[in-house]
Amino acid sequence: MTAVLSMEGVDVDLGGRPVLRDVALRVDAGELVGLVGPNGAGKTTLLRCVLGLVPARAGRVRVAGVAARPGRAPVGYVPQRHAFAWDFPISVEDAVMTGLVRRIGLFRRPRVEDWRAVAEALDRVRLTDLRRRPVAELSGGQRQRVLVARALALRPRLLLLDEPFTGLDMPTQDVLGELFATLARDNAVVMATHDLSSAMHTCDRLALLNRTIVAFDTPERLRHPRVWMETFQVGADSHLLATVGLGRPAPARPEV
Amino acid sequence: MSPVDFVRDLLNPDLAFLPKALLVAVVAAAVCGVVGAYVVLRGMAFIGDAVAHAVFPGLAVAFVLSGNLVLGGTVAGVVTAVLVAVFTQNRRLREDSVIGVFFVAAFALGIVVISRAPGYAGSLQQFLFGSITGIPDRDVYVVCVTGLAVLLAVALLHKEFVAVTLDREMARAVGLRAFWLDVALYVLVTLAVVISVQTIGNILVLALLVTPAAVARLLTDRLGVMMLLAPLIGGASAVTGLYVSWSWDLPVGGTIVLTLTAVFLLAWVFAPRHGLLAARSA
Repeated sequence: MTAVLSMEGVDVDLGGRPVLRDVALRVDAGELVGLVGPNGAGKTTLLRCVLGLVPARAGRVRVAGVAARPGRAPVGYVPQRHAFAWDFPISVEDAVMTGLVRRIGLFRRPRVEDWRAVAEALDRVRLTDLRRRPVAELSGGQRQRVLVARALALRPRLLLLDEPFTGLDMPTQDVLGELFATLARDNAVVMATHDLSSAMHTCDRLALLNRTIVAFDTPERLRHPRVWMETFQVGADSHLLATVGLGRPAPARPEV
Repeated sequence: MSPVDFVRDLLNPDLAFLPKALLVAVVAAAVCGVVGAYVVLRGMAFIGDAVAHAVFPGLAVAFVLSGNLVLGGTVAGVVTAVLVAVFTQNRRLREDSVIGVFFVAAFALGIVVISRAPGYAGSLQQFLFGSITGIPDRDVYVVCVTGLAVLLAVALLHKEFVAVTLDREMARAVGLRAFWLDVALYVLVTLAVVISVQTIGNILVLALLVTPAAVARLLTDRLGVMMLLAPLIGGASAVTGLYVSWSWDLPVGGTIVLTLTAVFLLAWVFAPRHGLLAARSA
């Protein structure tokens, strides 16, 4: 089977500083892969490298057999919510249409098939009823679904999600987690997240990243505390291990 | 002076400069209103101010050499914008600092250049604060054609400008050339500024870019409606400002800007959904 995403020996430098080293990752169709690691581990840089927004100094990145270049590889990108100008006076369906702007072409207006792609994407994230609402009036979860719909309108083979759960309450996270799992049936999905608990429950496989891929396996098989401690640079008494279902949390320090 | 008297003066052959000034002011205000929608929504009012100042040396050189003001101003605005883009590659300096350095430098250069022209004080005052007299027929045509060209470019690049404004990273990810779209928008802002300078002046032109669009933003949540309202508000304020200026012998640029400011204050208080009164009653 051809990998939807294939990264081999990828090095990325930013401003002369090494950010990613010898990254190897393979994601197949139908998979939801969680990308987890501490702050500064290079999660967002890895996603931007797949998008072709930052060049790989060494190695190879291919999406569905196509070299990673902006607008060329069949990738849908869902950035962090703060990257979008939510106060912009635009409706939900027009915001989703902006995902197709390159495909529509310079000096051209959206065609019937473009509006059909938008309607289909809104239907998949269950936002059809809100399609004419200004984006400024949406809740956090609805906004996240707008960004997902915008990425889906391109009918991508690979969907990249950057911290999709940040700032959302637990019920909304559950709804989105189910949505991402559903989307992964038709597409490959890579989700960078700090939310280890959601990642453990939602993802088929987890890539533990700290400048390089420390471990890559199913949540059930990532049972050795050492790989988590090495990835996150924490000790054996860290609450992080309890969050991923390994060990017990350290007792709370008594108040003085 | 009543509005009827004003209309009579507009039709008076001895006052031929007046309808020309009105046409130039309305076209400039309408074009600035459309382009200003992007300026307001992208939060680039400071860049708009910078461009307004940056065109000044080009205007001054064109004036001294009796050349084309629009061409001179555009070249100076674009050169300054490119200089800002190049110098902001140094990450130790933020973009607003570099803009602050270059637009004041450009303005200073304009003052030095125009000081070499005969009738320095009068020319400087005309450029800085605008004038309704002495607009040659050729400039009226240039303003109208340039204004139409700007509106056409906006119509053609609208969806790309919206995509980059909404989410720059995603726009780059789908393959849009965000840098070149920025340059295109700066050029359009520059052209809108240049065609406005003659009536409203270099100092006050920022009001034409920002205020009508800001009023429209208070009145609607729809981008299409905003881009229709802003030029209408700008054009109507230009007519009103020119009428008041002519009636009471006041500086035209200042009068148009004060009219726009009054409209802004009214909208800020009475706007149906986002005005002060609506917010209090909600």
